[in-house]
Amino acid sequence: MNGPKPEDYVIDVHDLRKDFGTLRVVDGLSLRVARGEICGFLGANGSGKTTTIRMLCGLLVPDAGRGTCLGLDIIRDAPRIRRQVGYMTQRFSLYEDLTVRENLELVAGIYELSDPRGAVDAMLDRMELRGRASQLAGQLSGGWKQRLALTACVLHRPALLLLDEPTAGVDARARRAFWDLIHDMAGGGLTVLVSTHYMDEAERCARVVYLAGGRIVVQGSAGELLARVGLVTFEGTGDGVEDAVRRLREAPGVEAATVFGRALHVAGMDRARLEEAIRAQGGGLAWQEVPPRLEDVFIHLLGQEDG
Amino acid sequence: MGMLSARRLRALLRKEWLQVRRDPMTLRLIIALPVMQLLIFGYAINSNPHDLPTGVLMAEPSRYERTIVAALRNTGYYRTRLVRSEAEAEAGIAEGRLLFVVDFPPGFDRAVDRGEAPSVLVDTDGTDPTAVGYATAALSGLGDVLARDLPPARRGMALPVPFRFVVHTRYNPEQLTVLNVVPGLICVVLMMSTLMLTTLAITRERGTMENLLAMPVRPVEVMLAKIAPYIGIGYLQVLVILLIAVLLLHLPVHGSILLLFGVLGVFIASNLALGITYSTLAANQMQAQQMAQFTMLPFMLLSGFVFPFQGMPRWARVIGEGMPTTHAMRIVRGVLLKGNGLAEILPDLWPIVLFTLCTVAVAVRFYRETLD
Repeated sequence: MNGPKPEDYVIDVHDLRKDFGTLRVVDGLSLRVARGEICGFLGANGSGKTTTIRMLCGLLVPDAGRGTCLGLDIIRDAPRIRRQVGYMTQRFSLYEDLTVRENLELVAGIYELSDPRGAVDAMLDRMELRGRASQLAGQLSGGWKQRLALTACVLHRPALLLLDEPTAGVDARARRAFWDLIHDMAGGGLTVLVSTHYMDEAERCARVVYLAGGRIVVQGSAGELLARVGLVTFEGTGDGVEDAVRRLREAPGVEAATVFGRALHVAGMDRARLEEAIRAQGGGLAWQEVPPRLEDVFIHLLGQEDG
Repeated sequence: MGMLSARRLRALLRKEWLQVRRDPMTLRLIIALPVMQLLIFGYAINSNPHDLPTGVLMAEPSRYERTIVAALRNTGYYRTRLVRSEAEAEAGIAEGRLLFVVDFPPGFDRAVDRGEAPSVLVDTDGTDPTAVGYATAALSGLGDVLARDLPPARRGMALPVPFRFVVHTRYNPEQLTVLNVVPGLICVVLMMSTLMLTTLAITRERGTMENLLAMPVRPVEVMLAKIAPYIGIGYLQVLVILLIAVLLLHLPVHGSILLLFGVLGVFIASNLALGITYSTLAANQMQAQQMAQFTMLPFMLLSGFVFPFQGMPRWARVIGEGMPTTHAMRIVRGVLLKGNGLAEILPDLWPIVLFTLCTVAVAVRFYRETLD
């Protein structure tokens, strides 16, 4: 097998640990991300995604562990890492009282770009922000704000993008456009680590890393995850899905029962017990087996955490 | 839905109370502020100041002279000490360490005995008329202090008087309070505006700080960028105040305006440093502003702006000496009214510099490059 060599890893960290007071937020996390890869970071709120990302770009110092980011030590070389990383915070953190252009020119200045105006102009065109260049950032809608934030963190042509829930609260169309841009840039060799709660976004990542309790629980491509977890899913359609879902949630062998409009998804690890539960609850639904959805996999994983 | 629902009101009151309790810093300041005000007003402030520093020049201390000096002390207004030379007396009054210089002419006792009614020259620092007013007035009651010491032949005679006090009000002969207030005002206005503005500087970064930290900026760059505009604003204020003071209020300018501008830059820097420090220490904008208000009060009241500095008790003067506003005020009065130069203001300049350096050290110590 011809795997990537160590120097091909843009992120290569081992046993990272971070405590806030008595709370262990990241607990022995090891992660490798290859050059040009789009790696999705998933997990419940508080699973350590943001803390890990902040440690990778030197905003937090790990309590234990070591590693490199872009070949630079994450503890010793944090200032140098910052020059080559684009970090997009979860909250919009540009200046709302500056215009789009003014914000970008500030960033260009901080990164000491040789031709700040030219760089900003080029990026305004590329990100289709030209028409809004003189609008105050605070007056942009959610989708445009995210686009501005992304523009700000790619302006200095970083080698690695760290995006912390970049599309939270943004409508579907804007999210799709955002991801098209990310794929576009990854095609040019940019490595991307992106945290998200959206399953459709997870499916657009080459690899998904699922965190729980500050550790990586499972990782792989979306297809691999589906296969590895081995979840069985049935879909029931017809009248009375609301009654059926209530009964099935309590039934043994059912790990997740979720209503999607007029359809009900029931998922579990044990096919026989799942079929038994469906038979037992009666009702007039028409049932068929469907391929498991990534969301079912994650609800299953979340359920395991609670158990 | 009634006009006023007790249940709704209770829910809102509870929410307000919870929010107040979640901000213990604010609560502490709410308690500390009136305590401090009362202590300062109650103990430190005295608009009829006593124990004012007084230098006494005597060629060779004689009997009458000692009696007069003792009488000065007994009024409670004068805290006397001997000065050795006229130069020392002059420096003391220029730098504000002495408010009075009492100068006995040579051969004083003989002149008294001969009935020549010699003059005792009392130089007063007129820059703060309220500080020296009561003490000066008290001189008129001291005409007969020598009564018991005089030779028997002269006792009981109304004329000629044994001696006279000749009061010479320096720097502000007409004793205009405006001459005292305006230089003080320059410092207070500068202090208030620069302190208030900078306390907002870093707390305004809340939310944007994470982004700023993730980029390759150095803390000192962030600080410098925040301070620089306010130095400009501060100088603009100085210019406006000085123009009004000179053109409308006819404030005399005896010293070098250039020197004054240079020194005020140091004073502005000290306030900015303090404001930035508050800004880094405070958890939110509200707290930073309260810290600023908390300091502005003593800075104003204990600096000699509203009440004579020398009239305060020792502990209050010690606190006052630690504050840049106190020294800045002396410098501005000294340069404008007394024509002081660099040598005379140096004793008040280094404390401001020291204060600034200490404050900057605290700010840099607490400004974090990481979010830890």
